[in-house]
Order: sequence, then structure tokens, then C-alpha cells
Amino acid sequence: MKDLQPNSNSETITADLLRPLSKPGLGWYTTVTISGLLVLLAAVALGYQFTKGLGVWGINRPVFWALDITNFVFWIGISHAGTLISAILRVTGAEWRRPVTRCAEAITVFALMIGALFPIIHLGRPQFFYWLVPYPNERGLWPNFRSPLAWDFFAINTYLLGSIIYLYLPLIPDLALLRDKSSGLFRRVYGALCLGWRGTQLQWDRLERAVRAMAVIIIPVAVSVHTIVSWDFAMTIRPMWHSTMFGPYFVAGAIFSGIAALILAMAVIRRVFHLENYLRPVHFNNLGLLLLTMSLIWFYFTFAEYLTSWYGNEPEEMAVFRSKVSGVYAPLFWGTVVCCFAIPAPLLAIKRFRTIKGTMVASVLVVIGMWFERFLIIVPTLTQPKFTFNWGSYTPTWVELSLTAGTFGYFVLLYSIFSRLFPIIAIWEYKEGLPLGEHGEQTVVGVPDAELESV
Amino acid sequence: MKEETKSNKPQWGMVIDLDRCTGCEACVVACRVENNIPAVGPEEAAKGRSINWIRVERYVEGEYPDVKVKFMPVLCQHCEEAPCEPVCPVYATYRTDEGLNAQVYNRCVGTRYCANNCPYTVRFFNFFDPKWDAPLEKALNPEVSIRPRGVMEKCTFCIQRIRKGEEKAKDEEREVRDGDVVPACVQTCETKAMYFGNLADPTSEVSKLSKSNRAMRLLEDLGTKPRVIYLNKGD
Repeated sequence: MKDLQPNSNSETITADLLRPLSKPGLGWYTTVTISGLLVLLAAVALGYQFTKGLGVWGINRPVFWALDITNFVFWIGISHAGTLISAILRVTGAEWRRPVTRCAEAITVFALMIGALFPIIHLGRPQFFYWLVPYPNERGLWPNFRSPLAWDFFAINTYLLGSIIYLYLPLIPDLALLRDKSSGLFRRVYGALCLGWRGTQLQWDRLERAVRAMAVIIIPVAVSVHTIVSWDFAMTIRPMWHSTMFGPYFVAGAIFSGIAALILAMAVIRRVFHLENYLRPVHFNNLGLLLLTMSLIWFYFTFAEYLTSWYGNEPEEMAVFRSKVSGVYAPLFWGTVVCCFAIPAPLLAIKRFRTIKGTMVASVLVVIGMWFERFLIIVPTLTQPKFTFNWGSYTPTWVELSLTAGTFGYFVLLYSIFSRLFPIIAIWEYKEGLPLGEHGEQTVVGVPDAELESV
Repeated sequence: MKEETKSNKPQWGMVIDLDRCTGCEACVVACRVENNIPAVGPEEAAKGRSINWIRVERYVEGEYPDVKVKFMPVLCQHCEEAPCEPVCPVYATYRTDEGLNAQVYNRCVGTRYCANNCPYTVRFFNFFDPKWDAPLEKALNPEVSIRPRGVMEKCTFCIQRIRKGEEKAKDEEREVRDGDVVPACVQTCETKAMYFGNLADPTSEVSKLSKSNRAMRLLEDLGTKPRVIYLNKGD
């Protein structure tokens, strides 16, 4: 592993981390163009769907949900990257988190925005989605609080609000820095956003307290969100949905895919913005270890889930089980196992492969694998209702595929724009971890990789 | 999730005698005409977009030549503890005090969650705007509303006929009795395999038949307590 000497000069750090804002480089423009085109494609598909009706999707009776809910669960899962990772690292005081937190928190907000779109656009009458809001009205109508979808609505909104606050709070000192360094309209906008930050001791105290409190609060919120998403399935009486362990299974899968997304985002940022000195091999090594842990946990859950179904040998469960393990969905199922466990686990377990490239390969596989895992949870169960007379099949149409591609484009686009407007690595948080100059105290950010890994 | 209703109103129920069903599907056609069910055409039907509030499921048992074909008309079971009801986030489907599982088209936002939780697969979604090939649009039943694109629909036990029957009984100042309410499928059944009536009235035909030794309910072990009772084949 190449040993990169981290910067410790305050001026250089500010200049490096603010460079993407003024000179984003060719890579940034290419990324924005491609992702923008994908978003455009999805917008066309969405317009077509809104004018024609949901019949332009491949869904049917009995497969009433398919890629819509797959994308929903997948993106809500990705959103667990950020907030949860960053919050846990902050709470435990992991010093190496410093350049990682904001990359992670931004993922949460954008992935959540995309995931939360699907429950709305998948509705038969999306124009009435606000009927899930409990607002007083002349007819005395309320949402049904017994429905897991209503729980979803509240859980996701809570999480979205919480993670926006959690992204915003640590952004304030950097916004003040941007205010000081910019002029004109930008100065006014940054100035308004930083809420009059002057960097007094009182303000720092309050900020630290607020960030610490949010870090603790956001962890149970994140866990509850994906648990409730899993309950959309677990509360029903469908074979291989009605499972008591779906809550933790989904949360584990969410953190798993989230870390993979974080590693990929960091690797791209590192290259595009030339931040090799900040996002260093040690960060990929540490996140790689977390990814390995989650891969093992994911495998354990999957194994436990499928073994109990198989051993129980109930005909309806077995029909779904067989279709996944040896039937039409077998290529996808075994592909998922390969992508989520068979390749990443050994790759990440061997130190020699736990490099930036190695963790990237593992992460790409995990993201793909987890998308198909979500698909496999939803579709095979739905194709096989209790009465065999009603069994069906599902093939996606171009509309659903475009929407799916569009989600990835939209995510990259939002992320690119964010990194152009705000420093993607928290400048103050990074500097806070630096050695204290004349006092000569070393903290982890200032320590070269080689030394860190032997710790 | 458990739901409980107590009411003094008639409790509507149906009995289907599988011994008498020949699988002719006249009930399917009658239902379609009575309830303004749109025809989606062969292509969409092949994709699983057809709407049939009642269907005749065919099951072939045994190996040729020793085969037995079983016909089973399946419609909304109007479960007393319906799995579709608690999962709807906007209360678009609920239990009426007459034991009907009602679908409120105007309130439905189309999450399709109810359909996913229905073990009988008897809920239908309007994937497109409803349309009828000419001149069928002239034969629409004025007493049944047309469902817009994007909402769920399903068998109502011919609620429009129930209302009419109840009003007639009220006008004549008496309780509803057998024959007051006859849903389209029951009326059409050639072999008189279907019966409809008030299960709360012990003298009604459906009440008596529901106590038959042959009486059973679909997927009884789920505990959904369907209001449609089947009489098993007697052979």
C-alpha cells in the first residue's frame, strides 16, 4: 500500500478541499452530463406512465409490486450508509472518520429522496399521495394507522428530516468559511445558510452538543426505518414474506449495501477531485473491514432464513423457495450469493486485496447483489399465490428499466451538484483532527497509513 | 390483524355447491355485465390485466385417462377478518356493518397492498382507463359506478341489488328474506349451484346450507372467516 503523507498545513487543506467548488475538472462535467441524460430518460418514462397508467409497467395480477418496490427498498437501504456509519463512528469517537462523514451523510439524504419517490410514483393515483398525511379535513378522514404503509410514511419522513439536520449541522462552520471566501449572490446564500456562524466558543460548544445529540438520535431512527420497510412484507401472510427476522435482516442488508455505496462514492470523489491525500488507503481498509463484517452477517441471515423455510417444508413456502433456489429465479439467486458473499468475503478478508481497487470491486458486486436480493424478496413470492390457478410471471418493461437507470443517474447528479456547492470533506472536522502544531500532539488523521494499520 | 363488528343488520353470505357447478362461466359473464367491468382485450388479458370479479378456477386431478376436473368459482370471500383491510393506508377498504368487505373507489390511492395481502387473489387493479368496445358502452349499468384508472376493485356481492332488496323490504315493513337479494351470478347460475342470503337469519337457505356436512371455507386455516361457504363435492 502506497504510503501517502497527509497534509497538515491548514492553508493547503482549505485550498485542496475547496478546489472542487471552483475548478471541478473534466471528470465532473462528464459525470453530470451522463447522469443528467439518465434522469432525462427517466423523466420521459415517468411522463409516459403518468399519461397512460401503470399498465405501461410489467406489473400484473398477481405481481402487483416489482421494480418499483425493489428500487424503493434498495435506495432506502443505500441511505443507511451514511447516517448510520457516520453516527456510529462519531459516537464511538473513531478518529479516521473525519474525511468520511460528509460523503456518507450526503449519500443518506440523496438516496432517501430517491427511495421515497417510489411509494409515490408507484401509486395508481399518485396525485393523491397526500392522503397518507394526517391532516384535519371536513370529512373527518384520517390515514389508517394500522397499515405498515402509513408507518412507512412517518418513518421515512422522520428519517429524511433527521438526516437533513444531521447533514446540515456539521456543514455550518464550512458554510461560514464559504461565506467568507465567496462574493455576490453566493456570499448571500452561504451567509444565510450558516446562520450567522462566527466561530465563537459558545457556538462551537452548542454545535458539538447538537451534533453529538443528533448522532445518538439518528441511530435508532435509521434502524427503525428499514425495520418498518421490512414490515411492509413481514406483516402480510405471504410465503417467505411473513418472517419474524425480516426487520434485522433488512437493516443488516441496508447497512451492507450502504457501506458499499459509500466506498464507491469515496473512490470516485478521490479520483475526480484529486483528494488522494485525504481519502487514503486506510479509510478504504477500515470500511472494507466493515463491509466484510456485514457480508458475513448478511450470509448468516440469508442462510438462517432459507434453511428454516426448507426444513419447515410447507408447500406454499417450498414453491417460492424452489423457484429461487432451483427454479426460474435460480440464476439471480445464486448470482446474489456470489455477489454478496462468495466473492466479496474472501476478497475483503485477505489483507493484500483490501486495497482501494479491491474494496471497489467488492463494493460494485455488493451493490448489484443487494439490488437483486431486494428483487428476489419481492417478485418470486408475488408470482406464486396460494391457489396455483393464479400463478403468474413478471417481465419488466422499458419504462420500469428506464426509471431504475434514472434513479442511479439522479443519485449521481444530486451528489455531483452537492459536491460542487459544498466541500464533500468536512474541512473543520478534518482540521480538528490534525496534530496541534507546536504542542506536537499526534492524532490519527495526521498519522501515515502504515503506522495506523499496525495499531 | 383482527377486526370485530357487531351489528343487528343482515349478514350477507353466499353458498356455492361445487357438486352442481359445471364450470360454464355464465356467472362470470353476468357479473361483467351487471358491474360494468371493462374488457381489456386479449393482449392485456394474457399479461394478467383482466378483471373478473368472479372466476371459475379449474383443477385437473389425476393422470389421463383417470382424471377428475374440479371447477371452483372464486370471488371476494368477504372475510370477517379480512387481511386486505388493515393494510390499506387510507381506509379505502373496510368492513361494513352488514359483513361486506367494501371498497371505496374514491378513497383508493392504488398502493395495491390489499391485493398483495389477499390470499384468494380476488382483488383487481385498473391498469388503464376503463374502456368498452362499441356498442358495449351503451349497455352499461347506470346503478354501478365506473372505476377510474389506478384504483382497486373487486366483488361487492352486487351492493346495488342488496340496497334495492333492503329498500323493498323496508317499504313492505318486514325483515329481508330469501329472494329479496339475488346477485347477478346467483341469478344466472344455470344449475343453481349458488345461493345468497342472510347468514344471521337461521331460517334462510344459506344458513341451513352452511351447516351442511359438506360445508367448508377456502383456506380455512388462515382464520380469515370467509362469508362464502363452499359445499364440497359429494362423491
